[in-house]
Amino acid sequence: MIKVKAKKDIVVFSLSGVLNESKHPDISFRDLENKKIELSGKDIVSWNTDFVVMLYNLLKRVPKENITYTDLPEGMKQLLNLAFQTPFKECENKSKKESFLERLGGYGIRFAQSVKRGCIFIRRCLHSWNRQLIGKAVYRKKDFWLVLSDCGPKAILIVSLISFMVGLILAFVGALQLKTFGAQIYVASLVTIGMTRIMGAIMTGIIMAGRTGASYAASIGTMQVNEELDALQTMGIPKTDFLVLPRMNALLLSMPILVLLSDIMGILGGCFVCVLCLEVPLSEYIKYTINSFDMTNFLVGVFHGVMFSLIIALCGCYFGIHCGRNADSVGTATTKAVVYAIVWMIIMTGFITLACEMVGI
Amino acid sequence: MNKDPIIRVKNLDIGYDRKTIMKNLSFEVQKGDIFIVMGGSGCGKSTLLRTLIGLIPAQNGQIYIQGIEMGRATAAQKLEIMKHSGILYQSGALFSSMTLAENVALPLQQYTNYSQNKIRDIVAFKLALVGLAGFGGYYPSEISGGMRKRAGLARALALDPEIVYFDEPSAGLDPVSSKNLDDLILEINKSLGTTIIVVTHELPSLFAIGKNSIFLDKTIQTISAKGNPKELLKNPPNEQVYEFLTRGASYEKRT
Repeated sequence: MIKVKAKKDIVVFSLSGVLNESKHPDISFRDLENKKIELSGKDIVSWNTDFVVMLYNLLKRVPKENITYTDLPEGMKQLLNLAFQTPFKECENKSKKESFLERLGGYGIRFAQSVKRGCIFIRRCLHSWNRQLIGKAVYRKKDFWLVLSDCGPKAILIVSLISFMVGLILAFVGALQLKTFGAQIYVASLVTIGMTRIMGAIMTGIIMAGRTGASYAASIGTMQVNEELDALQTMGIPKTDFLVLPRMNALLLSMPILVLLSDIMGILGGCFVCVLCLEVPLSEYIKYTINSFDMTNFLVGVFHGVMFSLIIALCGCYFGIHCGRNADSVGTATTKAVVYAIVWMIIMTGFITLACEMVGI
Repeated sequence: MNKDPIIRVKNLDIGYDRKTIMKNLSFEVQKGDIFIVMGGSGCGKSTLLRTLIGLIPAQNGQIYIQGIEMGRATAAQKLEIMKHSGILYQSGALFSSMTLAENVALPLQQYTNYSQNKIRDIVAFKLALVGLAGFGGYYPSEISGGMRKRAGLARALALDPEIVYFDEPSAGLDPVSSKNLDDLILEINKSLGTTIIVVTHELPSLFAIGKNSIFLDKTIQTISAKGNPKELLKNPPNEQVYEFLTRGASYEKRT
């Protein structure tokens, strides 16, 4: 039970009996402002923290020196003393509402800063690349082999499966139209040209962005959280040498081979549909595949793969290195690495297609 | 001595996978005690703590918490015990995407039916208890390491636990912050009667707060001393304990 007696400049809270309620007595902070508070608890039988929580929240704005305790149980007194040790201040409301123009300006500034950071990062990577050419880059060969095994042999299965399925889908979609003209044999040409020119590279790029680019961002981001990147910097080892070069080299080496694998698996997927579903003889499919295979298309596909490998490695490493220092930031860095890699791959495809169109290949 | 300890460990073997780190550990922790688990680096202190709180299974032996054997407890019993236990991890282990107030409110929202207003009041009180009144709107990344630990303690205290476990509370703190945290542990123990288990190798801390302790000896892979740390320093039972408690002073040359 809690009884409140307000006198001229002192408010006495008489506490007694079993104190386990968390309901405020009928008194507000204004009634307590600039007054001394006396907490008297001669007849307290028992109390719990719910009651102390209520008492604290009622008195938290009263300065500590204005509160006196008389006959309070030792535990309650200590708990209140502990809670009142630091003067109360209202939580700062940091989520200031911004106007539309402020937000727009903010986006603009952040965009400009990120473009600048990106350009600086690419310049540093080019310097590292130059140092590598003259044999002065600092990185461990062991790291290169580890990364290579991760983005090469370990990616074969997933790249094969997805490319086979893409070849299969391409053949089915093509067959739906071509069958109406009795030209289902041209499915072989469609799949071969489609896979070798662009689809093989794009599918490999997307798989590798999701698999390897994400892994780069996450592993480098975790290094940032663990202050390993700071350690590299203080040792005078360029981050782009130590972290970017092995990853970029591994991807540059493995991507063209994976693109070739993807082309083959896609053509096999098409073959599967043609031979089993469209009743095209296997020999005919092989013949049309060979006829429609063009080395230029294949090389354009491989070139896409090389460019994609640069994009994936740069995005993964960039977002990893520029990751924040908490768990959330690693997740954000990973997401951004994948999304940006895919977006830049599509933009790059547009540029390459345009360039090929202009030079007539 | 109280016949009904809050924690009783009997012939416990601990370790990871097939590797046993400590064998045949037996000890009791009484209600309201401040119990120190001490020992050199890598001796298995944190592994013992992780085993006690159920993060890794015991390899052998029994752990009784509030009379319930953890190895045979049902999921509901384990949950009930964990609700009455608070844990302060080495780094504070605050969720970085949440403000301090949200971090402290999380166990309350999860395990109680309190209204939002009541939860807000409790959060304000718990943050004030650890000296962080008014910091509820801050994110863990915006405050210092010492404050993060105190906020972690506020979260550990959210449900008024009967046992609070501390994993290296002084690690990474300056001497003043470390002392303040020790004082806070003592105050919480006194005012709430909370049983406190502290894993540490910080000598000033363990002498300041420890009422009881065990010493884990890496060489013999088990407990080699039990008792009040100050008493152990006065009457060292063996060379390892003396060296540990005196920062490497010679056992032969002791006075």
